Amino acid sequence: MTRIFKTGFLGLIFLYLYLPILVLVVNSFNESKYGYDWKGFSWRWYEKLWNNDALMDAFGNSLLIACLSATAATVIGALMALAIYRYKFPLKKTAGSLLFVVMMSPDIVLAITFLVIFIALGIQLGFWSLLIAHITFCLPFVVITVYAQLKGFDDNLLEAAQDLGASESRIFRLIILPIILPAIISGWLLSFTLSLDDVIISSFVTGPGFEILPIRVFSMVKVGISPEVNVLATVLLVISLTLVTVVTLLMKRKTEA
Amino acid sequence: MSQSPFRRFIIILTLAWLALFVLAPHFLVVLTSVMTPDAEHLAVWPVTLDAYARIWEPLYADVFWQSLALSAKATLICLLLGYPFAYIVAKMSPAWRAFMMFLMIIPFWTNSLIRTYAIKLLLGNKGLFNWVLEAIGVIDAPIQMIYTEFAVVFGLTYILLPFMALPLISSFDKLDKDLIEAGHDLGAGFWQRFYHIVLPLTMPGVVAGCLIVFLPAMGMFYVADLLGGAKNLLLGNIIKNQFLVVRDWPFGSAFSVTLIVIMGLMLWLYYAANKKVQRMGGLDDQNL
Repeated sequence: MTRIFKTGFLGLIFLYLYLPILVLVVNSFNESKYGYDWKGFSWRWYEKLWNNDALMDAFGNSLLIACLSATAATVIGALMALAIYRYKFPLKKTAGSLLFVVMMSPDIVLAITFLVIFIALGIQLGFWSLLIAHITFCLPFVVITVYAQLKGFDDNLLEAAQDLGASESRIFRLIILPIILPAIISGWLLSFTLSLDDVIISSFVTGPGFEILPIRVFSMVKVGISPEVNVLATVLLVISLTLVTVVTLLMKRKTEA
Repeated sequence: MSQSPFRRFIIILTLAWLALFVLAPHFLVVLTSVMTPDAEHLAVWPVTLDAYARIWEPLYADVFWQSLALSAKATLICLLLGYPFAYIVAKMSPAWRAFMMFLMIIPFWTNSLIRTYAIKLLLGNKGLFNWVLEAIGVIDAPIQMIYTEFAVVFGLTYILLPFMALPLISSFDKLDKDLIEAGHDLGAGFWQRFYHIVLPLTMPGVVAGCLIVFLPAMGMFYVADLLGGAKNLLLGNIIKNQFLVVRDWPFGSAFSVTLIVIMGLMLWLYYAANKKVQRMGGLDDQNL
């Protein structure tokens, strides 16, 4: 393959991936409601988004769920990875397969399994059901990330600590935690993204009392074009780009140090 | 080793969480699928296979096949775009490769519903594509692109392409370059090397990619809702309607169980492909 062909092909792929996002971002600054006749630069839709309480509330709720579920999934997932890596216990293989099932199952299947169990347990659909569902579908990704990091280090350290009489929780705090810290950070970020991105599972397990972004956006864009959604997408993109850049820089400094 | 409280705590946490929120729910869905629908209690006894029988009614069987076909098209396009992409990216220097993967992952950071809506801005009758085509004089009146199957496949491919590319890049990474060189030295041409060496050895990546594109594609009801109009195009739309609108839970569950069975078959295929590659002296099975 020639160089020009390769570059052209990559260019086309990235055009495909970025064109829709670019159109959103450009339109978020368009004075006119319908793009394509550019009526001039304006912050009008940003003001409108800011004053759209329902959408802002849903946005806030989504961020809240994403932060909480990412944090909980990281804590629980890291502990699970440790249990699976370090201890022998009955049903360990089953636990591994169940995590695999969560990772591989299409969202729609997970969505109805969550809905069915919440109804069976009598958990009201809303904040808690969303939180539990989001934690659960993020778990396998955290477990895999942390497990990979655990696998890469020297077991003798743990044994030495044990021989010197350190308790299990002390070993975890003083040795394991610092070692898996990078995995914890990337596990958290991945969970945060997965939670913010989820549409399918959330639309099944949410209730009328607690509205999150996908549900709100879905009802807004079903009827037609909504300039506030363009703005929202732009804001989300800026937030995530900042996050990714900060993390990349942090990681880079850490490996160089 | 003594049973420290910490150790006991994390083992119980692991088992309890998975039993309660993964094992029990899956079991309940299978159970629901063989129960009788009931307006008030969602699903009641007696046990019946009615729901599974209804899947074969022409109306639903059609959607089912249509859904399979749409997902298969999207998967195939993802593969055709993703395979050369992965090949080119895997051959780059580490720094460039990291940058390319970074570029590939950024769109993934914006909610996929919002990205689906963005495609509406491209394909609509007043959308960018029609506008450009009219401006350069190719067409006089807008072509209907939105609310067609084309739009749905376009959207599915767009959302799922990174999921195809990533496993492919990792399988190209593991490809033993010596084998290709050996093929070259033995006089195999480009296509021969591709067909006999590269393709078989990257097969686990191909199957893994297809697996994580094909199945989710069938469930993405919001893509069909926004880009395909209000028609029941994907299995996900039927399942969603049975659960959230019609409230026939057993029927919706039966469709999900069918999806799980298809997943099982595909996983089996994946392991078979992987095993074959291992026998050929290729890679280890750490593709997932």
